[in-house]
Amino acid sequence: MIRIENLRKTYATGDVEVHALNGVNLVIDEHEFVAIMGPSGSGKSTMMNVLGCLDKPTSGTYILDGIDVIAASQNQLSEIRNRKIGFIFQSFNLLKRTTALENVELPMLYAGGSAKQRHEKAAYCLELVGLTDRMHHKPNELSGGQQQRVAIARALMNDPAIILADEPTGNLDTKSSVEIMSIFQQLNDAGHTIVVVTHEPEIAQHTKRSVWFRDGSVSSDEPVAERRFAEGPDLQLTRHQERKGEGA
Amino acid sequence: MNIFESFRISFRSLLANKLRSFLTMLGIIIGVGAVIIMVSIGEGTNQVVTQQIQSLGSNLITISPGAVSSGGVSQGSGSAQTLKMADVDSINQLDAVAAAAPSYQGRYQVAVAGKNTNTTVTGTSANFTQVKSWPMLSGRFITDDDVTNGTKVAVLGTTTVGNLFGNSNYDPVGQMVKINNVPFTVVGVLSSKGASGFQDQDDAVYIPINTYRSRFLGGKSRDSIQQILVEAKSADQINQAINEMEFTLRQNHKLGFTKPDDFSIRNFADILASAQASTQTMTLFLGGVAAISLLVGGIGIMNIMLVSVTERTREIGIRKAIGAKERDLLFQFLIEAVTLAVLGGAVGVAIGYIGSGNIGNLMHTPTSVPLNAVVLSVVFSAAIGIIFGVVPARKASKLDPIEALRYE
Ligand SMILES: Nc1ncnc2c1ncn2[C@@H]1O[C@H](COP(=O)(O)OP(=O)(O)OP(=O)(O)O)[C@@H](O)[C@H]1O
Ligand SMILES: [Mg+2]
Repeated sequence: MIRIENLRKTYATGDVEVHALNGVNLVIDEHEFVAIMGPSGSGKSTMMNVLGCLDKPTSGTYILDGIDVIAASQNQLSEIRNRKIGFIFQSFNLLKRTTALENVELPMLYAGGSAKQRHEKAAYCLELVGLTDRMHHKPNELSGGQQQRVAIARALMNDPAIILADEPTGNLDTKSSVEIMSIFQQLNDAGHTIVVVTHEPEIAQHTKRSVWFRDGSVSSDEPVAERRFAEGPDLQLTRHQERKGEGA
Repeated sequence: MNIFESFRISFRSLLANKLRSFLTMLGIIIGVGAVIIMVSIGEGTNQVVTQQIQSLGSNLITISPGAVSSGGVSQGSGSAQTLKMADVDSINQLDAVAAAAPSYQGRYQVAVAGKNTNTTVTGTSANFTQVKSWPMLSGRFITDDDVTNGTKVAVLGTTTVGNLFGNSNYDPVGQMVKINNVPFTVVGVLSSKGASGFQDQDDAVYIPINTYRSRFLGGKSRDSIQQILVEAKSADQINQAINEMEFTLRQNHKLGFTKPDDFSIRNFADILASAQASTQTMTLFLGGVAAISLLVGGIGIMNIMLVSVTERTREIGIRKAIGAKERDLLFQFLIEAVTLAVLGGAVGVAIGYIGSGNIGNLMHTPTSVPLNAVVLSVVFSAAIGIIFGVVPARKASKLDPIEALRYE
């Protein structure tokens, strides 16, 4: 699914060169659930931005789902972000003054499709994250955990190949964090590939594999030993699977 | 993303900032409104001037003594005394001429028992009413016999009748009036031409040209004529008439090949054209001044759109991160700018219509809103929306998603 070789990202701030990524090698297969960890400033966010096609690396190889991302144009990158990637941010990044439903609809707005199709799919994604009753609320009328669940629904909108989350629970309390991780676990069980950046070992314990960064490169990479299973409402993702099977 | 969705997003963000959208539009509203009002005043003036000049007679040609200019030096048209009664007689014989009448004008005191008024007194001949296509209201006009015999008869305009007899409907035929203390018998009243802006054509007295010359002129000017009024047989024959007259007058005045004309011929079509040209210049000038305010309105749109792009950097970042293409954002912001401009333009047109009517009433000038000015303003404001919207919209579309998301 993801193959990264000798990836570098260098920022030139004034006279000083910062090597945010300093030769990263990483392979992530389909159905994996990966936690990226490491000290502050070790390049985790930079890595996620490159993975999410938001940022271009200075050099190296990045193949996503068979596509050579390095060679892609701005327009093609937009297309990849739209169709292949579901990105979840620490600060939610929902549009203000726009209802949850419309926020979730956005990715399909840019992908095309009829308004009816879009409404139905967005309502379904909100149902998955348990927010059907908050559909017409605006972000400032929702709790942090609810906002992050809207963001997850948005990420699911175009059935992406991979879900990337940069500290998705960083702004949330423990209860909400566990809820989010429960959703991720169920999505992973249903076949989604997920990469999560986190500072908290307990959160990382919900994943299947943890990759440690230090000074811009991978310092350790091992399976999660004592995996935790989060308590949370059942998303009934078997239905989701059926839907995907139908190609809807 | 289809264009319909782009429109929906743009309208929503305009509605989210109603006051700001309105204030931005105000620049265009004022600009377009000003253009329409200014152009309508210019157009109205043009139409009035045209009407007035046409009411003077469109086949009319005037001949004045002295060249308009010779070798760049004006000879003072009208000051020379080169036109004679013989010239009028030979012009009357020409093929393309329907009628020619002499004219000598001055302002004199006209009096009846107890009342007097100062008015224009014109010495002319029987042809005058034909040349000016001016029918009588009562009585008769001056005849050829009156001219030959130098009789003391006078024909009055209705305003003068009103001034002298207290009532412009009064029929003074047979009454005596004193012009410059010389007694005249009123033989007729001309129908009313109506006030025509520059001057009241009905405030006039007409007497036989020979009487005028013998009674009011002295010395050399006695046998000269101030002006000859000529009516061409038709509008098509105006140029032919002018050529014939020039030839005849040069012959009469025995001018050699190298001598310049000692008279000048003016055709009302030319006067009309030059008057129209000058009002058109005025229209253009007024419209131009107003167009500058439209330009300022356009800059206002650009300014607000730039602020809006900066303000919404984060929104742009989110949209980009989710997969909006450069084109999507370009359209979104361009549509906002064009909507502001076109909506402003439409309101401006409406205000221009209403405003030009009101200002016309207030200033007692007629106004007329030409359709092409309306179409042009709306097209122009749409163009302004595009021109001044492109810079902010491009700025939005080129933003780097990471930078935009980091923006606070
Ligand atoms: N736009 C930038 N310009 C210059 N340097 C940058 C920029 N973005 C990141 N860096 C630098 O790159 C390095 C890696 O930053 P990054 O944000 O990836 O760290 P991180 O691992 O996500 O840290 P944290 O855990 O605190 O979020 C840091 O030293 C940072 O200062
Ligand atoms: Mg980070």
